[in-house]
Amino acid sequence: MFRSLADAIRAAESRAASLADVALDAEAKDQGRDRTDIRAALERALRVMRGAVARGMEGDLHSASGLVGGDAAKMRASRDGPLATTAFHEILARALAVQEVNAAMGVIVAAPTAGGAGVLPAVLTGLADARGIDDTRVVSALATAGLIGAVIAERASLSGAEGGCQAETGAAAAMAAGSAVEMLGGTPSQVGHGVALTMQGMLGLVCDPLGGLVELPCVFRNATGSAIALAGIEMALAGVTFAIPVDEVIDTMGEIGRTMDVRYRETAGGGLAATPTGRRLARERLVQIRRSTH
Amino acid sequence: MVSILDIIGPIMVGPSSSHTAGACRLGLLTRMLVGGTPQRARIELHGSFARTGEGHGTDKAIAGGLLGMRPDDERLRDALDIMEREGLDYAFEKTSLDDDAHPNTTRITAMHDGFEVIVVGSSLGAGRIRLTEVDGFPVDISGSLPTLVLVAEDRPGSVARIAGLLADERINLATMRLTRKERGGDAFMVIELDDAPSVEATTRIGALDWVRWVRALEKVGG
Repeated sequence: MFRSLADAIRAAESRAASLADVALDAEAKDQGRDRTDIRAALERALRVMRGAVARGMEGDLHSASGLVGGDAAKMRASRDGPLATTAFHEILARALAVQEVNAAMGVIVAAPTAGGAGVLPAVLTGLADARGIDDTRVVSALATAGLIGAVIAERASLSGAEGGCQAETGAAAAMAAGSAVEMLGGTPSQVGHGVALTMQGMLGLVCDPLGGLVELPCVFRNATGSAIALAGIEMALAGVTFAIPVDEVIDTMGEIGRTMDVRYRETAGGGLAATPTGRRLARERLVQIRRSTH
Repeated sequence: MVSILDIIGPIMVGPSSSHTAGACRLGLLTRMLVGGTPQRARIELHGSFARTGEGHGTDKAIAGGLLGMRPDDERLRDALDIMEREGLDYAFEKTSLDDDAHPNTTRITAMHDGFEVIVVGSSLGAGRIRLTEVDGFPVDISGSLPTLVLVAEDRPGSVARIAGLLADERINLATMRLTRKERGGDAFMVIELDDAPSVEATTRIGALDWVRWVRALEKVGG
């Protein structure tokens, strides 16, 4: 697999191919698998993603601590916000839905991780449904997203414990933005700018979940991360470019992650987790979990 | 080498790839090592597994793995109830292992039909795992390939004999590692294979009089 998005973009341009094609070829070669076989695995992932969106929208799920749940259904039913009738609104609801399923021990696709699993399905299926894009193209987008994630894994990190939330929902937003740009007809170079424009907006984001649980703020971070991805998509498709090359933006995320204080790396030692209310809720809810399982 | 299917995956029950999916895989490998659903197990949780395990369903995930559930099995949520219903005795406790142990580590003592194993394993992130100790032998088992593990008398030619039996089956060896606690003591062999061995091959290896026990571990991903 590629270690540089710039290399992948050059490879795609020189063959007049999409990044999805380049990614599928590289994966087939690396893993010794057929392209059809890889696409079938991605199709299965897409089915699970759609299933999680649908399950989360039912609104009856609650997490182990009871701190999150029911907000996706609330969003979908609401017509009060300024974006209520747009794909943007639906995508926010879908991101909440998948993350609520995750928090309630439902089945999701960790893409790239469980904590950031809401962004990619929300953005890709939300845009595909709004534009009538068929699943073949969404599966191609998943290949592109996988390529972007692989480069981030190589150059930076995909782990909140290593790099903060920028490495989880930040990476997820970058993957969603780049792959959606291509799905909507953008060039490989526009994909690169979409990734850079999105990642720059996620830099420095800390991982500070209450009690160390993948619940709060994780569920909401998936919605706000999707919003930043949509901003990146919108700008990249308009031809907006980002002057710092995409690989350097990814390296920056890695560098910030490595020097981030350990309190902000999934330890519940800082950020929202360490607020008076955060500590109190974690204490009360953990006691409740203990009661309900023993 | 990173695969795009590692990035777009695994398909799993939430909420945490390390605390839930990885924990389930640790239970699954322990089940395969002990040779079936353990009737009894003592599960010690260390570090972050101990601190945030309950909220992440780590206990349910390990119990589910011991019961044979995979990380994408929705029954994981109810694994503790299923365990009780089946009359199985799995006890969870918090512990403090060595300082250099990975933060997500568990030690599982499992018993199946009178056979006992003690396994130490860690969840490394993104659902990847590593068993680091089996019955006191230092090991390195990831479950990412079909794996044959066996304990045998440490004698000349043993490795060649086993490699030969696998070659007869046309199974390619990916890696092979032999560890022992002392010179002349038993050896622990971990053989990762490109394809799963047949039941016959495993039985034939187990029938060698200098082999104490052998188990074929299925690929559990990660």
